Parts: sequence; structure tokens; C-alpha cells
Amino acid sequence: MKNSVFLGALTVAGLAAGAAAAGTLDDVKARGKLNCGVTTGLVGFAAPDANGEWGGFDVGVCRAVAAAVLGDPTAVEFVPTTGKTRFTALASGEIDMLARNTTWTFSRDVDLKFEFVGINYYDGQGFMVPKDLGVSSAKELDGATVCIQTGTTTELNLADFFRSNSMNYEPVPIETNAEAQQQYLAGACDVYTTDASGLAATRAAFEDPAGHVLLPEIVSKEPLGPLVRHGDNEWGDVVRWTLNALIAAEELGITSANISEMAAEATNNPEINRMMGTEGNLGEMLGLEADWAVKAISAGGNYGELFEKNIGENTPVGLARGLNAQWTDGGLLYSPPFR
Amino acid sequence: MTTMTDPPQESFRLSMLLNDTRYRSYTFQFIALMAVVALIAYLGSNLVQNLRAAGLNISYQFLGEPSGYDINQRLIEYDSQSSHWRASVVGILNTLLVAFLACVTATIFGVAAGVLRLSKNWLVRKLMAVYVEAFRNVPVLIWIIIIFTVMTAVLPAPRAFRGDDATASMLFDAVAFTNRGVFIPSPILASGGWIVILTFLASIVGVIFYRRYATKLLYDTGRLLPMFWPSVGILFLPSILIFFILGQPISLEYPELKGFNFQGGWTIRGSLIALWFALAIYTGAFIAENVRAGIQAISKGQTEAAASLGLRPGRIMNLVILPQALRVIIPPLISQYLNITKNSSLAIAVGYMDITGTLGGITLNQTGRAIEAVLLLMLFYLVISLSISAVMNIYNNAVKLKER
Repeated sequence: MKNSVFLGALTVAGLAAGAAAAGTLDDVKARGKLNCGVTTGLVGFAAPDANGEWGGFDVGVCRAVAAAVLGDPTAVEFVPTTGKTRFTALASGEIDMLARNTTWTFSRDVDLKFEFVGINYYDGQGFMVPKDLGVSSAKELDGATVCIQTGTTTELNLADFFRSNSMNYEPVPIETNAEAQQQYLAGACDVYTTDASGLAATRAAFEDPAGHVLLPEIVSKEPLGPLVRHGDNEWGDVVRWTLNALIAAEELGITSANISEMAAEATNNPEINRMMGTEGNLGEMLGLEADWAVKAISAGGNYGELFEKNIGENTPVGLARGLNAQWTDGGLLYSPPFR
Repeated sequence: MTTMTDPPQESFRLSMLLNDTRYRSYTFQFIALMAVVALIAYLGSNLVQNLRAAGLNISYQFLGEPSGYDINQRLIEYDSQSSHWRASVVGILNTLLVAFLACVTATIFGVAAGVLRLSKNWLVRKLMAVYVEAFRNVPVLIWIIIIFTVMTAVLPAPRAFRGDDATASMLFDAVAFTNRGVFIPSPILASGGWIVILTFLASIVGVIFYRRYATKLLYDTGRLLPMFWPSVGILFLPSILIFFILGQPISLEYPELKGFNFQGGWTIRGSLIALWFALAIYTGAFIAENVRAGIQAISKGQTEAAASLGLRPGRIMNLVILPQALRVIIPPLISQYLNITKNSSLAIAVGYMDITGTLGGITLNQTGRAIEAVLLLMLFYLVISLSISAVMNIYNNAVKLKER
């Protein structure tokens, strides 16, 4: 089953050698559709709703890119990928970009030849336990059975955390989040560990979310962001600056509500004007229309709006902005200037 | 006077490669071979070229680096500081373990069901037909997941065993069935423990010799020695005697609920049970059909002839039918064993860390060396399958019809 994925990838990598060289931006324009890799389903980040429409925080990034490039936020083909298939899918050209809670690490960037274009969520690995277990710290987990999604950085962090605290544990590797949820709820493992945002999203889907607690320890840095293949810098720039446009829009106070009037005529803020395309030619430099950023932001709103709508405190996932606030609010989000 | 002369030796001409039927087949085979070689060479060079274009290379250096992850079921020493190669070996051993267990169990299920499908009892016959049809017509992956899910949902979690109002209890205070697996006592060898084990091994050899002797006596003199009870006696009595004489050098370590989970004893994890049982019942259904085919391949006259000699049905099956049926059963049985080994790669569905889970799963993901890992994986399955074939072919040669 998995072998065939790799062999298929080999074949694709072999036969479609010309396609990779031609430039992803032109490919996407010619195809009229963006192929975007997402998770197989994680509430708040990427999950299909009752009508089969994909929605979520990562999906928002895909839609913004599609809007910037093609002018249509719905011109996206969502390709669900697991922790194991995602890199092969991207490397082989099956998808144009991957927006799937993927941690930016050295080896993925350098050795696997991918290009992380930015960070859309600053995360860290956490632990969730049932409340009646009576555990209040991850340091009390000696001997616990831990459910863990295989093929992710969490496996290595977990091994490191337990080793550095000289504790034992029994790992139970699970393929997808849905299965892990089922195992955890049945008590087949005491603890479920993944990125804290993922834990919150998983807990939101429980029948009794209050019966489970997230332990205070965050054992790793998990900067999550969209990524593209190495070697196609034009396409990398498009995705990078689309993400930056969403972040800068929040900082500059551009929202989906006021964007039409800001784009209609030049404001007295030159940076907004440059983004909106009423001044300068940033769009042309990217190989896109002048109003690319307007379309990207109109697709689902700026970064803050995407956050509040999908994973913010008023949603079932209920994440606080924390590190993901703008730098002006004490967070880490900091878009380079548009000039 | 006539002289016999050989027809003139026709010398080989190049056109004969096409015109002469003796050589034409070689020509076509050669062309086909060249085409296959060219295709492989094209794919290979294409791969290398594209890897180079992407700035990647083929390297197995990652096998020596620390793996960084833990594996729950390990038959040899292993921790997160061990190398990727050692993680692969742990995976190989886990694959071999589940394949061995499933082969043995599937054979037992299959032979039993195959023989019973030919039973004269209508109910037994139909029940076995239902078993065969139900299990071989649903994909094995579904069976693995069903069994695992049912185990997780039905069996109690370890915390159900805790406290005064525990909702679950251990069987004989020794075996705990939980949704994480079955915890059983493990033997602890004190000094002298090995002597008991050696005695037991010697007893097994003793039983074999006794049975040989009994057979020889039967052929030579016609005297029939009792088989069953003496065998049991030789097998167990000496070991039990030595065990008590040496002062019970083997004791049991019982699993105990400590902290989050049962500690001590042996753990048979739920993932192993689900995979093992699913492969066994699934493949058992196929083996049952092989066995039935083998038995039905023996003509009814054999049974009737044996019956007219006064043999009872059990002996007719054991002494007349099965030895001949084995000739038909063994070759497809080899395929089924190979299927079990290869189907065990579905282990990741329940998180069983076989070679596909370690080398082809976590190692591949952490290092990103997909081509290298998959090639190694293919090599491993090839070697193990060829080994099983080789061993089973030796056995097949032993039981096949020896024409004189």
C-alpha cells in the first residue's frame, strides 16, 4: 500500500521531470487550479464540513494563494496527506504546496530539499491526559503508555523528553489523528501527545472536553508553516508573500470588511497602497496581477480573522493568540515590509 | 557396396536465426531480454538523473546514525540512541515473530477447517463453509482493524483493575486481559533452571526415539506398543522430577498493577494479537480450501480399500489419505505462508512495529531517504520469502510421490 505510493512517486518523479523544471507558477496558472496538500482532517486546521467543503486555518492559506494566483479562492484541489505521505507528495509534484501543520526543521529544509516560506502558527508539543488520572505535570508520567502519531517530529521529541527526565514510557504509534483519538478515549493509552494546537483541536471534538486536561509542559518548539519544493524560487516567493500579506494586513488594519474601500483609492499609508496595488508594481514583480494581495485577503480575511474564525477562543478549538499575536501585541508574528 | 554417409553437416548461417524454428525462439527471447534490460536501465538512469537534478543522492549512511525514536515491542536491546540499522533489525524480528506465529496458527485452523468441511455432519460441514467464505472474502486489513477495534472497545483499560470497587479482575490472579494487551506471568530462572530446560529438551528427543522404536517394532514383529501415554510420560515426568529435586529453580513473575500499567511478566500487546489472529483466520480459510482440495484429489477407492482392510476412519485419514494429500496441499501452502509474511506489512494499521513500521515508516520519515529505505525493504521481503520457499520446497521434496 505504502510501497506503491513511493514507487508511484518514483515514477512520477522520473516521468514528470520536465514539469518540475517548468516553474510551478506557470503550471498552476495553466491548470487553473492549485493543488494544496492538507491533513486528512483536523478540526480547525483543515477538515471538510458536512457539504464536503474544506475549511480551516491551513485551508485558509491555500485559498489565499489560489486567490492571489488565479483570482478565485475556490480554485483549489485539496489533497489529504498523512504524516508519512506528505513529503513524497510534495517532492513528486503531486501537490504545489503543503499547508499541513508541518514543523520547520533543519533537516526537512536542508536535507529533504524543501523550502519553508514562513510560519503561520508557533506551536509546541504538549500532553493531554484524562482528568481522573490525577496527573498535573508531564514529569509524573513515568511508566505511562503514550499514543503518538507516527511519522512526525513528536516521536523524536517524546523520546528526548523521557530520556532527559530518566523516565520510561511505552509508545503506541498511530497512523492518523482519528485513530489516536479512538485509542485514547478507550483508555488504550494514558496520554496523547502531539502539537498543543492539535491537542486542543482533538479535545474540541470530544463528547466531554472538560474531562481532559492539557498538561502545562510544552516540550518542544514546533514552528508550523507552509512549504514548497526547493529550487523554484518564483513560486516560493508567491506563497511566502501571500502569507506575509495576510499577516501584514492584520498589522495594518486591513480586514475583509474594509478592504474594498482601501483598494478602491489610494490611502495616505504608502505601504497599504503598495500592497493594494494602487502604488508601485509589487504584483508585477511576483508575476501576478496588481491586486493579488486584495484577492488573497478577501478570500478569508487577514491572519487575525482566519485565526478567530477557525481556531480562536470563540471556536470549539479555543486557542488563545499567545505567541501567535502580532509583534506589536507582544507576539512573534512579524511580516517583512512591503516595499 | 553402399557406404553409409552422414547427411552433410549444414553450417550455421545468420538467416537461420529467423528461418529455422530451432533458433528462432532464441532470437525472440534475446530481443525480449534486451528490451527488459533497456527498460530497467532507462528507469534507473532516469531516477539517478532526477535525483541529481534535485540535489539528492543515494546513500545508506543514515543506517549508522542514532534513530532517536523508541519502539514498544523489541526482542533485542534497543533504545532511542541505537542506530537506524538496529531499529530495522528490531522490525525484522517483529515481522518474523508475527509471521511465524500466524503461519503455525493458520495451518492449525486451515487443516481443522479443511478436514471438517468434508465431515458427514451437516451442521459442522456448513459451519466450516461459512467460516471459509466469510473470512477469505473480506480483505485482511479490515479483519486486522476489526479485531483491534473490538479488543480496544470491549476489554477493560488497566485502570479498571484498580481500587476496591474494581470493575475488572485478573484471571487466576495471574493473567490480565486489558485493551492494551494480555499480561501473563513470565518464568524466572534461578540457578539450576537451565538443567530443567535441558532435561525437557532431552525428553523431546527421547519421545522421538521411543516412537521410532515402536514403529520399527511394529514393522519387524507386528507388536503394537501403546503410543500416547508413554509419550506423555517421557515428555513430562523427568522434567517434573528434576524440577522438584533441584528445589523448584523456576518461579513465575506475575504481572502487577503499578503506576499507570501492569508491570512485570510478559506483555502480549493488542497490536500483535490483532495482527496475528487476523492473519491466522484469514489465511486459515485459504489453507482450508487447499486441504479440502488435497483430500478430494485422493480417489474414493483408496478410502474404500483401506476400510476393507479393517482400518478405522481416523487411521484411514492419518495413514492413507493425508500422506498422499500432502503432495497436493504443500505447493499452494507455500504460497499461503509467503502471503502471511507479506501481509504482515499491514501491521502499521494497528501500530505494530514491524520492518515496514520501523525502516519503511519512522526511519524513512525521519531521514527522508525514501528510495534507499524502500529498496532495503524490498530486499528484506525478497530474502525472507525466498528462504521460506527454500525450506518448504525441501519439505515438499520429502513428501512428494517418489516414482521408481
